[in-house]
Order: sequence, then C-alpha cells, then structure tokens
Amino acid sequence: MRLPLHRTAHQGIGFVPEERGIFATLSVEENLLLPPVVSKEGGMGLEEIFDLFPNLKERRNSSGTKLSGGEQQMLAIARMLRTGVRLLLLDEPTEGLAPVIVQRIGEVLRELKKRGMTVLLVEQNFHFARRIADRFYLMENGRVTASFPVSELDRRREALHETLGV
Amino acid sequence: MTMIFGIPVQAFMGQLLVGLINGSFYAMLSLGLAIIFGMLRIINFAHGAQYMLGAFVGYLLLTHFGIGYWPALILAPLIVGITGMIIERLALSRLYDLDHLYGLLFTFGLALVIEGVFRYYYGVSGQAYTPPPALTGAVNLGFMFLPVYRGWAVIASLVVCLGTWLLIEKTKLGSYLRAATENPTLVQAFGVNVPLLLTLTYGIGAALAGLAGIMAAPVYQVSPLMGSNLIIIVFAVVVVGGMGSILGAIVTGYLLGLAEGLTKVFYPEASNIVIFVIMAIVLLVRPAGLFGKDA
Repeated sequence: MRLPLHRTAHQGIGFVPEERGIFATLSVEENLLLPPVVSKEGGMGLEEIFDLFPNLKERRNSSGTKLSGGEQQMLAIARMLRTGVRLLLLDEPTEGLAPVIVQRIGEVLRELKKRGMTVLLVEQNFHFARRIADRFYLMENGRVTASFPVSELDRRREALHETLGV
Repeated sequence: MTMIFGIPVQAFMGQLLVGLINGSFYAMLSLGLAIIFGMLRIINFAHGAQYMLGAFVGYLLLTHFGIGYWPALILAPLIVGITGMIIERLALSRLYDLDHLYGLLFTFGLALVIEGVFRYYYGVSGQAYTPPPALTGAVNLGFMFLPVYRGWAVIASLVVCLGTWLLIEKTKLGSYLRAATENPTLVQAFGVNVPLLLTLTYGIGAALAGLAGIMAAPVYQVSPLMGSNLIIIVFAVVVVGGMGSILGAIVTGYLLGLAEGLTKVFYPEASNIVIFVIMAIVLLVRPAGLFGKDA
C-alpha cells in the first residue's frame, strides 16, 4: 500500500509525533482546529475536548509553544480527537514529563480506549505502558521479537525484565 | 511660500508621495516574495518578470482586445497566477528536495527567458498605458495637487496588503499556510494536501506580482525591463523586513519607499543607494531583519 501522506489521515489514522509538533505561530485553539475532520461521523466537539482537558480551555488564545511540556502533549493528543480518527499512533507521549502529567495522560488514554479508539503506543516507559495496554509487542533493533496479550504479562515478567533492563 | 526644513512644502509633499507610491509597489512585491519564501523556501527571482508580465497582460488586453483597466485588474493577476501555478507544478515542485540554490537558479533563468522574449518582440523602450477616465486628473489637497491615479494606487495597495495579511493570519487557509511553513510533513500527516497548498501559494505570490504590475502600468511605463529594475530593491526590502515575515515585508516596503522619497528631498545624490545602505546597517545590527525571528 503506497498512499500519498495526506491520504493516510483520511483512512482514519491519526499521528501524535514524539516532538509533539505544536505550531508556534498558531494559538492553542488554532492548533486544535488545524487537522481536518476525516470521518463522516466526525470526532469529539470542541466543548467535549475542553471537558477532557480543562487547562487547554483556559489557554485557548495563547501561542501553542507557550504551553508547558505536559500541556503541549495534551494538546497534541486533543488535536487528533476532533478529527474522528479511529487509530491513534502515539510516539513516546510520556517522554520528559513529570509523573503527575504522565498519570493524567494514562487516564486520557484509558478514556479513549473506553470510547472504542484503537491506540498504538510506542513507549520506553514500560511501567506506564503495562497499565494501559491490552496487547504488547516487543521490538529489538527494529524488529518485533515478541507479541502477547496482557494476560500473559505476569508469566513473562522475568524475561521482560531481562530484555528491557527494568 | 510655506517651507519645511528649508524645502518648499509642495516639493516636500511631492517627493513624499512619490516615495509612498514606490513604497506601495515595494510592499506588494515583497509581500509576494515573503509568502513564497516562507512556504516554498524558494527565493523567487522570477518575481520581477511576473510583475512585468502583469503589466504586459494589461497592455496587450487593451491594445489587442480592447479590454480596459478594470477587467484587467482581475484578469492580469489571474493569468500570471495560473501561469505561476503551472510553472510550480511542472518545474519548481521537482526542486524541493534539492539545495535551495537550484530553485533560485531556475527562477532566475526563467526571469531571463521571459524578459528576453518580451524584449525581442517589444524592445526596451516603454509603452504608455492610459488609466481609465475615472482615475485621471488631479485633486487639490490645498497644499498640493494629488494625481487621482496615484492616490488610488496607494489606497488599493494598502487594501491588498491588509487583505493578504488577514487571509494569512485570520483564516483557516492561512492557518494551514502558517503551520505548513513550520512543519509541512506533520500538516500533511493531518490530511492536508500540502503539495496543492504549495502550488496555491506560488500562484498567490505570482498573482500579487501580476497585480502590482497592472497597477504600475499607468504610473511607470510598460517595459520588458520594468521588473528587473525593481526586483533588486524588493529583495533588499525583504531582507530588511526579515526573510519570510509577512508583516515585515509590508511595513518595510512602505517605510523604505518613504525613506527613498525623503532622501530625494534632502540629499538627492544618495536616493538610489539609501535602501541598500539601510539594508547593510540592518544586516549588521539585526541579521534576521527588523521583523525576523532570530534563528
């Protein structure tokens, strides 16, 4: 499958990059409204998103990069929810964030799961990932070396600790 | 006779007006250049040729088809803009992955070809373009006579600049443009057709140059070299304003036009170089330009 990049979003795939990709020349609200809605049903409304991320509402008119790292990550995720994508690709969302923010992101992801969204999370922070994911894929040197559901997590604990060094 | 700084008011105001007129065209042209550079990262050396093309389209529409100034004001930018979009699609879009130098070389070559063709058919002497009757004549402002067309040109250029600025700062399309200037790949991943956006941007930039051209036709003469005479100054304006800064291009365009006009009053010998002197000073003190963000 080889699609032009701007078509992938219309297949229902949303992307939150590692560096978050918040636009400095756009306000918080403009950042939020930037990605086009890609599904017929549409995604969450602005009010619904602001309920989920109240601090974004307070700062809707400030420039995107004036936000703290955690707020930027929230904005990067929130931005995708409006578009109605069904699959969300998250690249290391917890990187460099304070524990309390990491916890908040975990809550948001669980909420998204509950709403039926598929989330593909790439994460080095195993403690974070294991509390959220239903299914795990272990990657080494760019190749998937193991895949298992959350029910097997306990059985594999030893082996995982060895590979991940946690 | 009333005097200002030892200069008759009429002469002073007259030069200020000439400065404002020139500034209007600097602003419109550098605005287009700034938009193109911001989005495409291409230094559009064909901008002067596109300005000349706008004037010639107006001139040819009038002489061959009897189509006057007002329709030409729409048609000339449209034709130059569409030509620009075709050029972007066929040629420029293939250069984005290469060094910026190739875009500069290509547009420079393109400008030489376009100017060469028009020189071959029309020679270097200018052709006069008469403005419509509604815009001829002059009004007495009390302290000076203002030719109606010049007043119109200044106001129209202000409206065009303001309109373009609003389009970029306040609309959805503008937010795509600003975002794609920062990170085109991510904007495309969001589902925005960025290649189309680039084509459109080049078209808008070229159309602005074409509009400036048709507006300039009655003020200056329509000549194949009118663009290359102006383009160097316009590049200086863009550099002073800050590469890629929209507001910088507009404000600096008017300011440098006025500075040039004032220099003609007080020290005429320097009027041809004053813009470049200002550019040199700005580059020394603020290399990113007056409105540029420090890299």
